[in-house]
Amino acid sequence: MKNENVIEVENLTKAFGAFKAVNAISFEVKKGEIFGFLGANGAGKTTAIKMLIGISHPSSGKAKVVDYDVYTQPEAIKRNIGYMSQRFALYDDLTVQENINFFGGIYGLSRKVIREKSKNLLVELGMHEISSKLVGSLPLGWKQKLSFSVALLHEPKIVFLDEPTGGVDPITRRQFWEMIYKAADQGTTIFVTTHYMDEAEYCDRVSIMVEGKIEALDTPKNLKQQFKVTSMNEVFLKLARNIE
Amino acid sequence: MGISLSNIDKSYKKQIAVRNITFDVNPGELFGLIGPDGAGKTTIFRILATLLLPDNGKATVAGLDIIKDYKAIRNSVGYMPGRFSLYQDLTVEENLNFFATIFGTTIAENYDLIKDIYEQIAPFKDRRAGKLSGGMKQKLALSCALIHKPKVLFLDEPTTGVDPVSRKEFWEMLKRLQKRGITILVSTPYMDEAALCDRIALIQEGEILDIDTPQAIVDKFPKDIYNVKADNMYKLIQTLQRYEHTYSVFPFGEFVHYTDKRVTFKTEELQHYLESSGLNAITIAPTHADIEDAFMELAKK
Repeated sequence: MKNENVIEVENLTKAFGAFKAVNAISFEVKKGEIFGFLGANGAGKTTAIKMLIGISHPSSGKAKVVDYDVYTQPEAIKRNIGYMSQRFALYDDLTVQENINFFGGIYGLSRKVIREKSKNLLVELGMHEISSKLVGSLPLGWKQKLSFSVALLHEPKIVFLDEPTGGVDPITRRQFWEMIYKAADQGTTIFVTTHYMDEAEYCDRVSIMVEGKIEALDTPKNLKQQFKVTSMNEVFLKLARNIE
Repeated sequence: MGISLSNIDKSYKKQIAVRNITFDVNPGELFGLIGPDGAGKTTIFRILATLLLPDNGKATVAGLDIIKDYKAIRNSVGYMPGRFSLYQDLTVEENLNFFATIFGTTIAENYDLIKDIYEQIAPFKDRRAGKLSGGMKQKLALSCALIHKPKVLFLDEPTTGVDPVSRKEFWEMLKRLQKRGITILVSTPYMDEAALCDRIALIQEGEILDIDTPQAIVDKFPKDIYNVKADNMYKLIQTLQRYEHTYSVFPFGEFVHYTDKRVTFKTEELQHYLESSGLNAITIAPTHADIEDAFMELAKK
């Protein structure tokens, strides 16, 4: 099962004038894989993700996400992926339940399905009693866990997580990763960016972008061997030059 | 000329932001406030920067009272708030000039203090601040906070969302500023940065959990701690969580940090339990607690 590719990228490029924000990157991500997408600020990660989730048109190259072409089928991609970031997660002015209903509706789930799923979800997160509270009143860690569950509501094949744990306390950060492991275990592919290098170690494979190119891509273990260091933090420091 | 807080309380309506905050920062010290979002770090900065009145308690900054001497404090501290605080429509140089003028000084007068930092962004001095990358904005904001040669520097989450390379560079800058005799109070949600401070306060939900040197805080960790590894991380965590003798189990990079409830603990027993649960390639080795272990243990209580 793990040999099925759910993302295939070949020489994908995005140019803004003469500047190549993403410069001919190529990689594959397998079903059920936890794929870490790392790089310094300004290395081109966000631009690359925008192309993969169908909201930015590439300048050249190929990319298929869940069997759909990023040029011709961006809408099909959006329906088949989940997305969550630190900045955009949930609506603060809606309650927990309203957020679930809203996002379920957006993804075209029927009321019946939403009702069943939200019941399970609330029990699993231990948020049953606070389902009528405004999301804005919840601690950040709870919001992020809820937001991840909401991103999985329509059972996407891939979920993109853009710095999901920034600023979250250490216990919640780890609970969050347990949720990630669980989703991956059930076959959901996880595409994640982070600035916590210990989290890079949790990934099956990690790619590191430097100035628009993928400069390294392997398992954390192999990367550490390749660079003759003992932690992913050192791999990152050796590789990523912060050119601005 | 350090910082002193004594029994500071602050609530926003019914919501308690910080409670009974007491600590001292020695002159010339690099002191870290370490805790997650919502812990109350920004409230403490705003009180010390005289932008917010505490409900109770006393505080001084560089020997000046935060209420009585608020004007003098504003002249002697540099404050870099968490959110980007510069004028987006002004250029790099205009921003710096603006802050210098506000404080009745000039760029030239105190240039030697910011030279190190400003030189890195000087090639872009005609670019509007809004068009800078995250790392450059951070350097400009620091330059602006330093332009009037403050005795005390407040930095509220200067490295949040910043990649590890830029974070490392930023901390090297702070160390150099500290050598110039500036007292620095810095907050961060990244616990690995705690080790770079002289002393730290761990803070969560408005209360201080502990104050000490980073080394002393990890030395106080009450349990023997083990690095455990196996072929399947998710299964390993679940299996350990079900183990009757488990005190705590947390993923840490490529390992799981495990502590046992019992006073005498034999690794062979755990090895056997994990093997019988179907895990392979098991390693168990003693390790040292780090700041996150200490934080999680203190946060439990």
